Amino acid sequence: MSAGANAVIVRETLQGLLEALLAEGYRTLGPTLREDAIVYDDVTHVSELPAGWTDSQEAGHYHLQRREDDAWFGFNVGPHSWKRFLHPPLEPLWGARRNGDGFKITVPAPGPKLAFIGVRACELRAIAIQDRVFLGGRYSDDTYRARRISTFIVAVNCAQASGTCFCVSMGSGPKAAAGFDLSLTELLGADRATFLVEVGSEAGARMLQRIASRPPTEAELAAARAVLDRTAERMGRRLDTTRLRELLREQAEHPRWDGIAERCLACGNCTMVCPTCFCTSVEDHSSLEGTAAERVRAWDSCFTLDFSYLHGGSVRHSTRARYRHWLTHKLSYWIDQFGTGGCVGCGRCITWCPVGIDITEEATALRAPGRAKKQGDAS
Amino acid sequence: MAVSRQNALVPALYRVGEVYRELPDTVTLRLVPESGRRPPCAPGQFNMLYAFGVGEIAISISGEAADEGFLHTVREVGAVSTALARLAVGASVGVRGPYGTGWPAAQGADVIFVAGGLGLAPLRPAIRRVLAERRHYGRVAILFGTRHPAEMLYRQELEQWRRRLDVDVSVTVDHADTLWHGNVGVVPALIPRATFDPNNSVALVCGPEVMMRFTVSALREAGVPDERVYLSMERNMKCATGLCGHCQFGPEFICMTGPVMRFDRIASLFSTREA
Ligand SMILES: Cc1cc2nc3c(=O)[nH]c(=O)nc-3n(C[C@H](O)[C@H](O)[C@H](O)COP(=O)(O)OP(=O)(O)OC[C@H]3O[C@@H](n4cnc5c(N)ncnc54)[C@H](O)[C@@H]3O)c2cc1C
Ligand code: SF4
Ligand code: SF4
Repeated sequence: MSAGANAVIVRETLQGLLEALLAEGYRTLGPTLREDAIVYDDVTHVSELPAGWTDSQEAGHYHLQRREDDAWFGFNVGPHSWKRFLHPPLEPLWGARRNGDGFKITVPAPGPKLAFIGVRACELRAIAIQDRVFLGGRYSDDTYRARRISTFIVAVNCAQASGTCFCVSMGSGPKAAAGFDLSLTELLGADRATFLVEVGSEAGARMLQRIASRPPTEAELAAARAVLDRTAERMGRRLDTTRLRELLREQAEHPRWDGIAERCLACGNCTMVCPTCFCTSVEDHSSLEGTAAERVRAWDSCFTLDFSYLHGGSVRHSTRARYRHWLTHKLSYWIDQFGTGGCVGCGRCITWCPVGIDITEEATALRAPGRAKKQGDAS
Repeated sequence: MAVSRQNALVPALYRVGEVYRELPDTVTLRLVPESGRRPPCAPGQFNMLYAFGVGEIAISISGEAADEGFLHTVREVGAVSTALARLAVGASVGVRGPYGTGWPAAQGADVIFVAGGLGLAPLRPAIRRVLAERRHYGRVAILFGTRHPAEMLYRQELEQWRRRLDVDVSVTVDHADTLWHGNVGVVPALIPRATFDPNNSVALVCGPEVMMRFTVSALREAGVPDERVYLSMERNMKCATGLCGHCQFGPEFICMTGPVMRFDRIASLFSTREA
């Protein structure tokens, strides 16, 4: 079977795929329930998937709910994204040990290869964007590359859209179009649940051969298309991307920024949950005796004062400037830097903002003329 | 061509070959590779210097003669710079680089160097290059501002440059003492007094951002077009390879398209507050 080919597997057969991946030495990761949210973590058995659960999402709100059916992937994206595995929140870069009057540097060994189960279309796009950031420039990140090229990706097509989803506006979903080894569409038939499988790569085709599958019927193909059409119609949010790159720069002094600054807590949640935000800082540690030192890379956020700190003070000291930088980077500067926008429409920053600041609403408001401060414009 | 991050993020080991005390809080270190030759560099570029267990910071290359390794002039302002400035001869330092853009070649033009304080450090290799091939350039002016006569960086070298008849060296101080008979005031005030052909000159500017702000307006007033003005920008920098996000200045990563940037390309960012 080659890329683009379809097959059908009985839903329980996904366990066979997990086992085949485990047998090949993959660490298998997928959605699972933890503390009132669906997160990505180790999943070695399909019973660990959040069967029968869904999430209800709105600006500043996330709730788990029981579904009426027992869908295994009947939810959208949670607070985690796959970036926590490809671009970990904390990563030792190297260690150094004193020897004589100098020191010697060692680089940590790579971890096991990863298999992601249940990657959504917007997340595939986010991974492609981080690939461009870490691998497409003058300098590339070898540890990211090592993890990335060995990763096996099983995508899942979304059968619903959350209240904060807008992948259709960003052209990133809801259908998993590229960047996966296998993709699944869950079909909840009256008698038996199945997955329509699409092959995305040779590695995917090889894996599919290791589990029982059969060719799809016309009705099954049509049912999978209908699932995606329905999802596309039910996007919770929209974002007009026309001239966004230019717009955000032209509106650098728009009074709306002051209004956002009054609400924004500069907590940085939006940057942590965003699957494309890539900024990091480094921490240096040394042992008490001073014989060993370590350099660790950690996610950082442009919302902190330290982020732009120079001797004497921070460049972006106001919350206004920090939010403006974040939004302008996402939707505008990113295009100059990496050739695509930095937002995939996953809605996480909207859902996980403690005060419900909504990127789609802010970008829309910035379209309204308003260079001079006007009354009533503050919110 | 992508450069492997393994090479790019892991420092190479260097030794302190010599320490020159410049000022009470500033030293110049001569760093020599522990093995092999140091990579080539251009005036205006910088290295990331790592002090064992303390941290890593961006430091401009203040001397680039191949046989002297790298020269770096460090002022003690915080943890890492202090650790570096206090290294003894023979100590190990991690070095990554060189990174960033260099000063433009300005053959055939009048060259105006405008430096404030430690901003003279990244300009020094460019000044040395111009003076070494003096006949390829038109008029040359070095305008330098420093806080106090006692805090004058590279004092001896400035004296040597001043003794040459083919360079106009003007120094100004913010606060004079009783022995000072020179200019008092800010460095942009020296620009109207310097002689150069505004349409055929190149200005290379480095110093605190406020000083550069006033310098670009003074240069504009003197008729120098924005595209002939180059600034060396400073931002927080962690990786110097365009991957950490810290040094963003609008869409620019200062470590990649800077630190030396042509002013017309950043003029609108430069006038946006907190960009
Ligand atoms: C391109 C470039 C060239 C430079 N050239 C020189 C030079 O030639 N000589 C010189 O003395 N200094 C130079 N600097 C400035 C030097 O990098 C800072 O003074 C130094 O980073 C301060 O570090 P610190 O830990 O000693 O200071 P602290 O004040 O202790 O800094 C505290 C923390 O603030 C942050 N911080 C402050 N300034 C910076 C910065 N610029 N980049 C990243 N983090 C920062 C760091 O996280 C640091 O640990 C240059 C900076 C840049 C960007
Ligand atoms: S900016 Fe918000 S909606 Fe866009 S990709 Fe990041 S978290 Fe998702
Ligand atoms: S926009 Fe929301 S999530 Fe982002 S920093 Fe502000 S308060 Fe935090």
